[in-house]
Amino acid sequence: MAESVKVEHIPSLKQVHEMQPSEILPVIDDIIAQYKGTKGALIPVLQSAQNLLGYLPKDILVHISESLHIPYSEVAGVVTFYSFFSTVPKGRHMVRVCLGTACYVRGGKEVLEAISRDLKIKVGETTADRQFSLEIGRCFGACGLAPVVMIDEDVHQRVKPSKIHEMLEPYRDAEGDGHENH
Amino acid sequence: MAFRNYILVCGGTACESSKADAIYEALMAECNAQGVSEEVQIVKTGCFGFCEQGPIVKILPEDSFYVQVKPEDAQELIAEHVVKGREVKRLLYSKDPVKRHAKVEDIKFYQKQYRIVLRNCGFIDPENIEEYIAREGYAALEKVLFSMSKEDVIEELKTAGLRGRGGAGFPTWMKWNFTKQAASEEKFIVCNADEGDPGAYMDRSTLEGDPHSVLEAMTIAGHTVGAQKGLIYIRAEYPLAIHRLEIAMKQAREYGLLGTDILGSGFDFDIEIRLGAGAFVCGEETALLASIEGRRGMPVPRPPFPAVKGLWGKPTVINNVETWANIPVIIIKGGDWFSQIGTQDSHGTKVFALTGKIRNSGLVEVPMGTTLREIIYDIGGGIAHDKAFKAVQTGGPSGGVITKDYLDTPIDFGSLSKLGSMMGSGGMIVMDEDDCIVDVVKFYLNFSVDESCGKCSPCRIGGRSLANLLEKITKGNGEMADIDRMREIGEAMKKASLCALGQTAPNPILSTLHYFRDEYLAHIIDKKCPAGKCKSLITYSINPEKCIGCTACARKCPVGAISGERRAVHKIDPAACIKCGVCFEVCKFGAVDVR
Repeated sequence: MAESVKVEHIPSLKQVHEMQPSEILPVIDDIIAQYKGTKGALIPVLQSAQNLLGYLPKDILVHISESLHIPYSEVAGVVTFYSFFSTVPKGRHMVRVCLGTACYVRGGKEVLEAISRDLKIKVGETTADRQFSLEIGRCFGACGLAPVVMIDEDVHQRVKPSKIHEMLEPYRDAEGDGHENH
Repeated sequence: MAFRNYILVCGGTACESSKADAIYEALMAECNAQGVSEEVQIVKTGCFGFCEQGPIVKILPEDSFYVQVKPEDAQELIAEHVVKGREVKRLLYSKDPVKRHAKVEDIKFYQKQYRIVLRNCGFIDPENIEEYIAREGYAALEKVLFSMSKEDVIEELKTAGLRGRGGAGFPTWMKWNFTKQAASEEKFIVCNADEGDPGAYMDRSTLEGDPHSVLEAMTIAGHTVGAQKGLIYIRAEYPLAIHRLEIAMKQAREYGLLGTDILGSGFDFDIEIRLGAGAFVCGEETALLASIEGRRGMPVPRPPFPAVKGLWGKPTVINNVETWANIPVIIIKGGDWFSQIGTQDSHGTKVFALTGKIRNSGLVEVPMGTTLREIIYDIGGGIAHDKAFKAVQTGGPSGGVITKDYLDTPIDFGSLSKLGSMMGSGGMIVMDEDDCIVDVVKFYLNFSVDESCGKCSPCRIGGRSLANLLEKITKGNGEMADIDRMREIGEAMKKASLCALGQTAPNPILSTLHYFRDEYLAHIIDKKCPAGKCKSLITYSINPEKCIGCTACARKCPVGAISGERRAVHKIDPAACIKCGVCFEVCKFGAVDVR
């Protein structure tokens, strides 16, 4: 979703993780400034902030609420309404199992169960070591290749429950690959 | 143009995920290596629609259609096809290995299709505005700006009889006319690209393959109704479509086709992209507008309709991507031409995402009035793995199922709703004998429950109650009275829900209670799932006559429920079995029974 970010010179996720909390707020302010004068700026600001931080911690939401002069209750209402937003940190790798109808009838549910069993987490959860988060997706539009699993930006096609472990293996144990935990 | 060959590489999301990018790079490298880069033009196009066979590479002028191409094939394609002029037979598409089809026109998948919306997908480079212009792009805008009155445009749409392709099928000219007539200083044009129906991706493919068609149409609408600002509300899950839209908007501005004083006409119009944040209900137009305004995407009762009181309270035309993509063609070829295509009730074509247990998954565009049999058997190639056809589901979570008795129904807006289903956005999911209708309905219901915004109680509570009853039935605890309960709740939701999401959420249940009552009864009375899908009602066992003791199942069983020595018959411990189906999947001898 990097294309969607309107802000230029946005730091990378890695740079953000190396930043002190006090350095993050000015970046958020930059984002807000970019949308100054834009009607309905709240959702784009939240999207940019989440792209930057990976999630939306409460202090950031309070800051956005105050800067945009929108009551915190309304900001929280929007954040909890849309599935894109998360108020808890996510794992280093996002595993999204497509449960569009085509994937569902071609065995997507069994794939999801197998992944859930392998990672020992449920949908919406993150593994204790913060390596993986598990989500479901609604149609990636690769229905001819169903069932489909997306891990980060990689699309895995015609996935079989018996091959889940092998599919996840290359992503595992990526300590020291430059992506630090939150 | 002096190129010897044009090589078109599919750059749609499905093919890109199968390494289309690497194929493009490999073809480029090979052309350089073999010294033909001056004679060949390689273009990354939009979706060809034939996703089952991707990644697809088409070489012109021979019109050779290569399927399931791998980057390693690039060397051979260039050396043989381009340099020596010989087709690479092993990569040509064919269902029958003896008779390989070389030409697109020979492929059954394309024969019955008629492409208006997808006219440019797979033909042009979507990131190059000149290729769009070369295929009459922006000619419609020019015509509207300089040689048509605003009334003419509305009249043309009225003659065409174009109806909204987003689901409800409301006449497009009426929407435009309401907004045109509304007195307001400020008006808006909105493109609904929040394609959320699970199993439908025609809007994404259109935006990826032909973004300018939507920009041109929105600009035409802006001029016609008197709006200067357009917004495209698109799912954030569509990064490639967003990227191509951004490129297209930038190029259109550079060419004076978007922005101030378009083509020197004095008309100003610009477009902005807004990203959805993951809420299916935002496909509903009032919810979509709430989301653009930065609020929770909850529908409000209509009237007033957005055409009169929409975004920020101003008159707003909202159409979906497929509707927009029809507009430039209608302006150029005329409403009369368009109205000749299709049926009396529905003019033009419809794009369907044909998926599920079908041999040729993909995007197909057919004239309204084409029968389901033609789409599924002639275009789709029939059911995969020679299984028996069970039903086809149209209209996504708002639609219903259609059985084999109705396969010869010519499909249009009216005929589908008469069958208890609906056109919806055009998802068409084919199910075979292995699919449990009750399970699929539960899937749709859970989807609607997840996506309900919770504002009105018929949808919030009714949907949950229906989902609970289905859960009860698939667990083997159903009783006959549950059928009446579901029907009663479903009817109430249809009448009392605030928006289309709640009004149509019971459709999958109501339609299947009608056509597949037997299957519900099997779950309720016999406590059996005939398709072998509902876990509480099935058991896995090993057929001793077929098991050869290869140990494949025992090694793969995630809970160690399978025992047996090598070369001896294996056995599943039913108490430990979690019914994940892995043994069934890995057994090469068909020795695992599901009952």
